[in-house]
Amino acid sequence: MTGRRIMAAEDVRRATTRISHEIVEKQAGTDGLVLIGIQRRGVPLAHRIAASILEHEGADIPVGALDITFYRDDLSLVAQQPIVKGTQIPFDLNGRTVVLVDDVLYTGRTIRAAMDALIDFGRPQAIRLAVLVDRGHRELPIRADHVGKNVPTSREELVKVSLEETDDEDAVEIERLAVATAAGGVRP
Amino acid sequence: MTVATAPVPAVDAPPETQPVAWRHRHLLDVDGLTRAELDLVMGTTDAMREVLARPIPKVPALRGTNVTILFYEASTRTRVSFEVAAKNLSCDVVNIAASASSVSKGESLVDTVRTIEALGAHMLVMRHGVSGAPYLAAEVFGGSVLNGGDGWHAHPSQALLDLYTLRSRLPGGSLEGRKVVILGDVLHSRVARSNIWTLTAMGADLWVCGPATLLRGFDAWASRGAAGRRFMATSDAALSDADVVMALRIQKERMASGLLPSLREYAARYGLTAERLRAASPDVVIMHPGPMNEGVEIAPDVAVDARSVITDQVTNGVAVRMALLYLLAGARQRGAGA
Repeated sequence: MTGRRIMAAEDVRRATTRISHEIVEKQAGTDGLVLIGIQRRGVPLAHRIAASILEHEGADIPVGALDITFYRDDLSLVAQQPIVKGTQIPFDLNGRTVVLVDDVLYTGRTIRAAMDALIDFGRPQAIRLAVLVDRGHRELPIRADHVGKNVPTSREELVKVSLEETDDEDAVEIERLAVATAAGGVRP
Repeated sequence: MTVATAPVPAVDAPPETQPVAWRHRHLLDVDGLTRAELDLVMGTTDAMREVLARPIPKVPALRGTNVTILFYEASTRTRVSFEVAAKNLSCDVVNIAASASSVSKGESLVDTVRTIEALGAHMLVMRHGVSGAPYLAAEVFGGSVLNGGDGWHAHPSQALLDLYTLRSRLPGGSLEGRKVVILGDVLHSRVARSNIWTLTAMGADLWVCGPATLLRGFDAWASRGAAGRRFMATSDAALSDADVVMALRIQKERMASGLLPSLREYAARYGLTAERLRAASPDVVIMHPGPMNEGVEIAPDVAVDARSVITDQVTNGVAVRMALLYLLAGARQRGAGA
């Protein structure tokens, strides 16, 4: 079953462009700025934001990729072995402003894990967070600095982000979870 | 052992998972591993290599996991490599040398394993001089047992690190149809026995070579198998056009008298020398599981030849063992049976 479409390709493009402007405005320029996408869909989003900054500001911002598998706190909860997609941070983080980029902000636990991982790579001057969709239901004291769209959801819904780089089209949809997760399973 | 699972996902979205599930709670040998499972170990090892290249080569993946390393036989690289691997994953590690433990007072293996479990160990890495001892330990231990070498039988982590090293060295990363020669004391070698499983599973053209007294039983093995299993008592024929040569240590401590006339004669007829390697492929990959008797099974200049991957084997050993600990811990926490 396909879900209710809440963002079309045009909306995704406008949101990423706006976020790129906000990031530069907040930093008052592009000095010391680096973008790190969280695997998997945060990575293409980070590259798009960097391309937009290059277009508008003429500055080439370094982009990295972060896999948080080894920092998750739920090895016992996932039904099968997670795929590790690899971390590439080929630049120094010390003293930089790192903008973490992810597709959906939900409980905040991914971001907690990402910050733990980042700090093992160096001591950034600041860590900020940009997400395409904030769907609420935080379990940790974490908020995003830059949000593409705030979407009120219930816990029984799934926010599905598709990107051309990974899924052949740009879209955000909300699906109702088919099966209840009463029996201690992991969603969906 | 099963772990109660909380109804709430711990991270925002469940991760994408491997197409192949890792179902093994213990790693006693490589004979039970499918090709897909071998690929999963190799892929996980790639990820661990990336961790080892980080400024702080340590991740919290297995925080709170207690690993006990129990060695009844001497070892440097395997023991240290398991210890470093466990620490890189944030495990807590306890080392027991059997000679300095209650084993010297006559405690049985089963009692020792029960004691280790009662002291809180989740994973037990063990080496024992008796073939099959880790299987006995796995019967009584509630966590995961990793075989760090048992008698003449198996050395699974060594075979997996050898496989990883070969895949990263051979063009295309494939062993399919490659001529691989295991040279030397095959009879006493757990390294050879485990490597035979993984190398044939990967489609290598596998040759075992050594003095007839050190190949006892392998003639039957070679004739029973289909393609890709050869047996040769003369080294020059075996080495001809070889893509990989794995020299084995002459195990003097396991050598009953009468198997070899002398070490000098062995070195003269089977020692891996630069001269003898001329028959092999010009890009031959030279391997040795260590520790080496230089001048016996391998010449000192061959050990440090540009085509030698002996130090890569040691480095890769840490990454492979991290992958194994990680995969087994996941299976244990999900309550896998065997």
